[in-house]
Amino acid sequence: MKLSSKDLLGIKDLSKDEIMLVLDTASGFKDVLRRDIKKVPALRGKTAVNLFFEPSTRTKTSFELAEKRLSLDVVNFAVTTSSVVKGESIIDTALNVQALGAEFMVIRHPSSGVPHLVSTHIHASVINAGDGINEHPTQALLDAFTMKEKTGRLEGLIVAIVGDVLHSRVAKSDCYLLTKFGAEVRLIGPPTLVPLEMQSVGVRVFHDMEEGLRDTDVVMMLRIQMERQGRGFFPSTLEYARYWGLTTERLSMAKKDAIVMHPGPMNRGVEIVSEIADSPRSVILEQVTNGLAVRMAVLYLLAGMKE
Amino acid sequence: MPKELLDKKDIDRVLSRMAHEILERNKGAKGLCLVGIQRGGVHLAKRLAHRIKEIENKDVPVGSLDIAFYRDDLSIRKEQPQVRRTEVPCELSDQKVVLVDDVLFTGRSIRAALDALMDIGRPASIQLAVLIDRGHRELPIKADFVGKNIPTAINENVEVSLEEEGKEDRVTIE
Repeated sequence: MKLSSKDLLGIKDLSKDEIMLVLDTASGFKDVLRRDIKKVPALRGKTAVNLFFEPSTRTKTSFELAEKRLSLDVVNFAVTTSSVVKGESIIDTALNVQALGAEFMVIRHPSSGVPHLVSTHIHASVINAGDGINEHPTQALLDAFTMKEKTGRLEGLIVAIVGDVLHSRVAKSDCYLLTKFGAEVRLIGPPTLVPLEMQSVGVRVFHDMEEGLRDTDVVMMLRIQMERQGRGFFPSTLEYARYWGLTTERLSMAKKDAIVMHPGPMNRGVEIVSEIADSPRSVILEQVTNGLAVRMAVLYLLAGMKE
Repeated sequence: MPKELLDKKDIDRVLSRMAHEILERNKGAKGLCLVGIQRGGVHLAKRLAHRIKEIENKDVPVGSLDIAFYRDDLSIRKEQPQVRRTEVPCELSDQKVVLVDDVLFTGRSIRAALDALMDIGRPASIQLAVLIDRGHRELPIKADFVGKNIPTAINENVEVSLEEEGKEDRVTIE
């Protein structure tokens, strides 16, 4: 069993078997992360370049650590101090990075489709670390890994995704993945952020939070993107928190043992109250740990995809 | 047609002898830890531990080791080896580890296993037990306990099938 492409661009193009392969491989890496020596020589001598054209702390740190733990040499490409500010095109940048000998390119970009575009011009493996409002595949993989680890399954799970689904690449990747495995996905939020048309991809849309949360196994809160404040999607943060924030009372609508997830970074007191974020039901920090194992698995498997 | 080298009875006898040899060499079961290489080695390690228990009435911890991340052929293989669990139940430091594998061939898996073990802990010693030694070493590695030495041609294929994998216990060559 192997992956079918040299790149990981999105969940949409992955088969169930490929996703399971990543998750199973990630379990092996989770074992490694529990040891004193958390590093393996698997990809020694190869190089990864992280190209982040958008701010990121957790994803970037996670990729960097995953690369280091596989013994990859890592170069972080700081966009603000690079030739990009001199007007170099993204493809030229990628070709130059490849000429330096990189086998992996991890790309985050504010425009949807940039990783796809780059992947067609270079033979290094491209990993999408989030592109515009399109996809964030490693986040969906780590979410699935966490759900499977905590609940033992994906099939038949009822998963609520609450908040700014419209602008969330995480939500999109999660929807693709969960529906492939036969989970029931419910998108919850105001009509401006969760349009009804989204039902066309096989998920349910709720504009009433209590109703949507009923009997769910997983409650995933999305970050309310403060940069969209004042653009008419919602009147105020305070009002958003009142209607769409996760409180203990609202969470009681979900199953007794439901878990709470958040891709981070959290706005405490807005989409989630601290009481829940810090409770035993929250698996938010475990998501971060699992993210490391999943990203190691992706890099390791893609390394086996040479022509 | 594959030719049978060992049947179930042969394997049983060989493992019994190996269990005795391991105990003899280590003067009992104290401080011993058996670590099988995924997958065949893990089954054999469990069987050896069972026999040691019968002989000495002592439980010896059994671990499993996946060597995928330590292989030296990752960059020349067409596809990555499947990753299986590594579970070592005992603190390896200061233990006498007996590494168990089904077939000893080039020695490269053992080299990888040694590296993997060293990353988990610092054993007092590592010994190697294999059911079959088929020769053709490419590294300076030698087994301490051998079930059966089998002279082979390099292009022949030695297959150890075990009941734990849902097959019949037997060793064949083709």
